[in-house]
Amino acid sequence: MIDLPLLSIVIWTPIAGGLWVLLLAGGERSGATVRAVALAVSLLTFALSIPLWAGFDPGTHEMQFVERAAWIPAFHIHYHLGVDGISMPLILLTTLMTVLVVLAGWEVIRYRPAQYMAAFLIQEGLMVGAFSALDSILFYVFWEALLIPMFLIIGIWGGPRRIYATVKFFLYTFLGSVLMLVALLYLYSEAGSFAVLDLHALPLGLTAQKLVFLAFLVAFAVKVPMWPVHTWLPDAHVEAPTGGSVILAAIMLKLGGYGFVRFSLPITPDASSELAMFMIVLSLVAIVYVGFVALVQPDMKKLIAYSSVSHMGFVTLGFFIVFALVQSGDATGAALGIEGALVQMISHGFISGALFLCVGVMYDRLHSRMIGDYGGVAHRMPAFAAFMMLFALANSGLPGTSGFVGEFMVILASFKAGAWIAVLAATTLVLGAAYTLWMYKRVVYGPVANEGVGALEDVGRREFVVLAVLALMVLLFGVWPAPLLEVMGPSVEHLVEHLSRSKL
Amino acid sequence: MMFQVYLWIVLAPLIGALIAGLLGRVIGRAGAHRVTIAAVAVSTVLSAVAYYDVVVAGNPGFDGTVYTWGVVGALEIPIGFLIDELSVTMMAVVTFVSLMVHIYTIGYMRDDPGYQRFFSYISLFTFAMLMLVMSNNFMQLFFGWEAVGVVSYLLIGFWFDRESAIRANLKAFLVNRVGDFGFLLGIACLFTYFGSLHYAEVFAAAPGLRDATMTAPWGGEWPVLAVACICLFVGAMGKSAQFPLHVWLPDSMEGPTPISALIHAATMVTAGIFMVARMSPLFELSEAALSLVLVVGALTAFFMGLLGLVQHDIKRVVAYSTLSQLGYMTVGLGASAYAASIFHLGTHAFFKALLFLAAGSVIIAMHHEQDMRRMGGLRKYMPITWITSLIGTLALIGTPGFAGFFSKESLIEAVRHSTLPGAGFAWVCVLAGVFVTALYSFRMYFLVFHGKERMDAHAREHLHETPAVVTVPLILLAVPSVVVGWMFVEPMLYGAHYGGSIHVAPAHDVLGRMQASWHGAGAMVLHAFVTAPFWLAALGVATAWYLWCRRPDLPGRIADRFRTLHTVLARKYYFDELYESVLAAFGRAVGGGLWQVGDVRLIDGLAVNGSARGVGWLSGVVRRLQTGLLYHYAFAMIIGLLLLVSLFVVVRL
Repeated sequence: MIDLPLLSIVIWTPIAGGLWVLLLAGGERSGATVRAVALAVSLLTFALSIPLWAGFDPGTHEMQFVERAAWIPAFHIHYHLGVDGISMPLILLTTLMTVLVVLAGWEVIRYRPAQYMAAFLIQEGLMVGAFSALDSILFYVFWEALLIPMFLIIGIWGGPRRIYATVKFFLYTFLGSVLMLVALLYLYSEAGSFAVLDLHALPLGLTAQKLVFLAFLVAFAVKVPMWPVHTWLPDAHVEAPTGGSVILAAIMLKLGGYGFVRFSLPITPDASSELAMFMIVLSLVAIVYVGFVALVQPDMKKLIAYSSVSHMGFVTLGFFIVFALVQSGDATGAALGIEGALVQMISHGFISGALFLCVGVMYDRLHSRMIGDYGGVAHRMPAFAAFMMLFALANSGLPGTSGFVGEFMVILASFKAGAWIAVLAATTLVLGAAYTLWMYKRVVYGPVANEGVGALEDVGRREFVVLAVLALMVLLFGVWPAPLLEVMGPSVEHLVEHLSRSKL
Repeated sequence: MMFQVYLWIVLAPLIGALIAGLLGRVIGRAGAHRVTIAAVAVSTVLSAVAYYDVVVAGNPGFDGTVYTWGVVGALEIPIGFLIDELSVTMMAVVTFVSLMVHIYTIGYMRDDPGYQRFFSYISLFTFAMLMLVMSNNFMQLFFGWEAVGVVSYLLIGFWFDRESAIRANLKAFLVNRVGDFGFLLGIACLFTYFGSLHYAEVFAAAPGLRDATMTAPWGGEWPVLAVACICLFVGAMGKSAQFPLHVWLPDSMEGPTPISALIHAATMVTAGIFMVARMSPLFELSEAALSLVLVVGALTAFFMGLLGLVQHDIKRVVAYSTLSQLGYMTVGLGASAYAASIFHLGTHAFFKALLFLAAGSVIIAMHHEQDMRRMGGLRKYMPITWITSLIGTLALIGTPGFAGFFSKESLIEAVRHSTLPGAGFAWVCVLAGVFVTALYSFRMYFLVFHGKERMDAHAREHLHETPAVVTVPLILLAVPSVVVGWMFVEPMLYGAHYGGSIHVAPAHDVLGRMQASWHGAGAMVLHAFVTAPFWLAALGVATAWYLWCRRPDLPGRIADRFRTLHTVLARKYYFDELYESVLAAFGRAVGGGLWQVGDVRLIDGLAVNGSARGVGWLSGVVRRLQTGLLYHYAFAMIIGLLLLVSLFVVVRL
């Protein structure tokens, strides 16, 4: 078991499966076959990823399931994989969400279903690759390659303004990553290695650190997205098909947060510390400013997209309040901040994914995302209304749901870093509830608004399963986040310890 | 053994709620009420066992972990129980009232299509409330705190096709969230300075931080405990509907009546009172926080009572009465008479639940008519409702001998003994409040049960007493509304009922001072006839009788005479207008502004699409250079060559 290259298997199974699905395109009855194969591949991948959790040793911060082979020896580039407590949960999130997305696109995608399913499967492999790469060039390759399937998903199966949205999405994220490549090349020239762990140990002057930090910042901030480089996200979400939105919100955004915690913080700890206040302010702007913006959105997808930006503000906030705590020797507080941010990433994956699926369920029936076109959905779709209630409450950070855990931990830690930070961050309690539940009130509650709503049918079995799985996850990690925290603990404590030592 | 008991006290209602909620269609309507009532009955019996075990038998309680919610670094966050005199008292009250409401609901919701959903919600509420009162740490307290808020949100919006109901529930949730905002910050503040979320550890370390200060965001030093306690109290102001976060409670009457009784009178709104009493080791260390509690409570007690005078909706009168009584409890907390506040919480739970359920009984009989202007003379048609209502009303106004008398009289006396800043003002408010309480309570009583029958003929024909599932809970609640005062006044206020669960600093010990003149419950009743509150209450009843029985033409004339005052009261001091037209509109305007100006115009318009246009413009300019004419290129090359040569020359020199 240990000898199996599990990570490679989890990366390449969906990619191979995706290529196979592509070969099935075009036949007479290809639709059904394609769906069956895609589902089988995604389920298989998920099953194969479970040993990553089951066999994971939560007692160490060392990389596990490591694979290493020379790739481009001339530049010391390796095919080097491995996971720790920070990346492993993200991989399981990826494999689980892909299964749900395949199910969600089941009968809905009529145009070129083979290509659609293939794009998601290939993307899954690439995302797992990005989360498990321990060689920075390998990471970069996965990171960039990821853009292609998402570009196609939005560009081909998207809404009417999809071209504007894809170009905006592509240019934003691509420009960001080019600077990251420059930074990686510079780091190679200093360290003589592309291995991420070597870069962690590399001593760097403050100016060099700051430049590298800023180059990384552009790449990761766009992906998260942080204010003010967030405007591509609402456009991309609005135009993307449901599945695209789900993957975008649930996993692609997490790559930005993952980048901070895997690259920026450990490689440039002194620069991160110097610029921490700047990052904290940007995060708080995201939480408060974007929270207000979300309040007035007439389009459900846009509202959830803005809500994502606001919630991801807690991720970056959690990462950067750590420096004030590390300086005062408060290792528990620092761990609380980082683990809170990591839990928030996982939880946001479930909740935002679920909310986009909910909008998708309604969109499939009435072909509108506008809040004004709905009202009284609960009369016709009681089961759906119950699910959406749960996810809306989770999005408002209700204790007992996973949405609470990360926010609670980050707010506790941020009070330690400065009371005013906590005061601003805690406004999400009011703002988050206001924009989410106000939307819920207008869409689901009230008398039946029009004939379209009056003819709605409740969720079918397939939709029920998808939403039920997510509901279970949201409740499980809300009531009992201990397993997740246990897995993350050693890696985060090691990171905190690393951050407490200056590289200067 | 007892641990199993505690566990099942919370688990039974949760399981009931899950079965009724998820399998509602399978088990049917009768199945839903059987399952949930059985579950809550189990919970009630076990709570009684726990109460007996801790309070009567005097066994030590329990403070331990059920399971570990999470571990981060050195911080372990448990889900656990703290079972002591205070929590078992609350558990007994919560489960008993909840059981009564469950039974009553069978009758009240008989024809409602959402029958199973309703039972699921009220059982879930019972679970959440029990988690709140049984918690031994701040994280779980916050869980219960928010969970009761959510169930209240679901229940107020139970009839979700009514615009008024779904406005009210959103409002209730958001106002509560404003309180929770403070509450969470209070928890974070405590965690920052104590490094623990466990009550026992925080309380043990609290005296050591008596003089600790923190830097205010704009400079200056603030005492840590005052900041933490005031933040926590902001939470209590939301949940217990204290001025100025009271606005949600009257609107919450949009929910079905059993809910008004269960949540918005007897249990959820008392969460704030309970929380402050639970935190007494912290509040005792901050006189600033106690003074604030005292003043806020006094304002609520008097000014919210006044609003009850001008309401026509029977449930809203009871709602404003609840606000006012919550103010009384809060005043008691501020005066450090925590035991008296919890005592009033208990007596109030019984007689207010009784009044709400009686109002509900009237509403059923009147075919869901809630306007008192179309009632009157109902005592002939519904004798049980009439008598039980009268008992509830007498208890509410503090008639000597009834439950409310013992608790309210003690509270007023405690405030008189308090020496904190603001105590004098508070004492005047609560005394004046006694008159107001008697006035609005008997106004309602006379308007509903006496005087002319103002309903239409059709409604009158169908008037009759409500069925047993409605009247039995009324009777079962009327009994404690009379007797619990006699039974508990001595042990709760002057005895060892609360053991060590409530902490009072010697300097604030008003109940200790009152003990000197304590000669038993009987003596207290006799003594009442020579005290101000009794005569104020009697005056209130007499005035109510004169205005609404003897001269029913007078109230209208008085309202005309004092038009401005009446309008201010009828508009509820314009708080709704302030919040809805000013604050909420401001929030939407800020959102719209940031979106249209910040995102659309500046970031997208200027920065993103602007730079895209910039690139487009630049390439348009550069394109002109590519003329395709050889002599243009040759000319450019010559210029370039010249520049290069001159550069070399200049650099060499």
